[in-house]
Amino acid sequence: MSSWAAVLFRRDLRLSVRVGGSALVGVLFFLAVVTVIPFGVGPDLNLLSRIGPAILWIGALLATLLGLDRLFQADREDGTLDLMLMAGRPLELLVLIKCLAHWVATGLPLVIAAPLLGIFLNLDPVATGAVTLTLLVGTPALTLIGAIGAALTVSLRRGGLLLAVLVIPLAIPVLIFGVSAADAAIHDPVPFLTPFLILCALSLIAAVIGPLAAAAALRFAGD
Amino acid sequence: MFQDLSFELPSGTALVVTGANGIGKSSLLRTLAGLVALAGGTLRLDDGVEDRPPAEHAHYFGHQNAVKAALSVFENLSFWQGFTSPVTTPAYQATALSPEAALDLLGIGHTIDLPAGFLSAGQTRRLALARLLVTPRPIWLMDEPTSALDKASEGQLLELMNGHLVAGGLIVTATHTELALAKTSILHLRTADPVFPEEEDLPA
Repeated sequence: MSSWAAVLFRRDLRLSVRVGGSALVGVLFFLAVVTVIPFGVGPDLNLLSRIGPAILWIGALLATLLGLDRLFQADREDGTLDLMLMAGRPLELLVLIKCLAHWVATGLPLVIAAPLLGIFLNLDPVATGAVTLTLLVGTPALTLIGAIGAALTVSLRRGGLLLAVLVIPLAIPVLIFGVSAADAAIHDPVPFLTPFLILCALSLIAAVIGPLAAAAALRFAGD
Repeated sequence: MFQDLSFELPSGTALVVTGANGIGKSSLLRTLAGLVALAGGTLRLDDGVEDRPPAEHAHYFGHQNAVKAALSVFENLSFWQGFTSPVTTPAYQATALSPEAALDLLGIGHTIDLPAGFLSAGQTRRLALARLLVTPRPIWLMDEPTSALDKASEGQLLELMNGHLVAGGLIVTATHTELALAKTSILHLRTADPVFPEEEDLPA
């Protein structure tokens, strides 16, 4: 990785763990969503373990969306984004690095918290492992797709809601294959690898399309 | 936005853009910075680095300081040093200062480990200015560079700007205060004449 990319990555990571950063907000929200569900559904352990993977995935999707609106907006508000556009670095790569740093700060904690929250949902070890693995592979796709929405809404003062509306339809394929891969691991006859590989492919596609689209949107947003 | 606007600037010269509020001084600087797309016309930089647009030869020192309050002064500055690509041209050869030297030069060396959020407005402005010193780039686009600076720092700013001109750099600045720069041209923007619609272009 060239040095400017490392510098940018470190800065974004630092900013997200310092005061006003969004690193812990996402994982706390994830915790809140997942702990509330059993109270709503009732103490039916079989039902919980059946819908557990879906709950974890939906919780992760919502928690990812929560911090995404600040991905570019914080830099735009203080003029940093203008200077980044002039810095002479490829904008697509810049977006990719920012997404990577954002995922490490907000997506990775979700993956790490998932096994713990699996216990709340009466998931057996195999199911917990499967959900954690699918989240590890799938949450980068959510961040990268969300970057498109974040770039499109960068100039809007309260763009968070619009971002969710824009991004959720695009994130549905990731959700479908994430949950079906996790379910396939639990129910024997269905092969796990097929939906899992499609999920991997979705992440890779998002890693190409997300930065390209977000960079185009950011260039356009430069009034 | 602009009509019949043209100017050229030899190396080592500052262009002072004047005009009433809202006439488009900032827009002109943002256009030069590549942040506003050209609707027509061309921007050309002779002897620049190939396959870099003029905007990537420039530092933009605008109203916003691009300083992150949560990072320390040193972290802010070293990020910009590491991130912005330095550009030197045959006419402009300058060496980059280290972040420590740049901060010392601007008189805020003692704040180096403080979070940037603790700085006063003038100190934050000087931190933003230090960014121009740690990465050499031949063009400085400065929008109201003296705002929030006291008299002493204003003098120091002029010294830095003159030093930049002597090294062969270019400065385009929009300002309302008189700046005692070594070699200046003035571009005065005014509203189009209703009878003969044209903007004036005065070489000084």
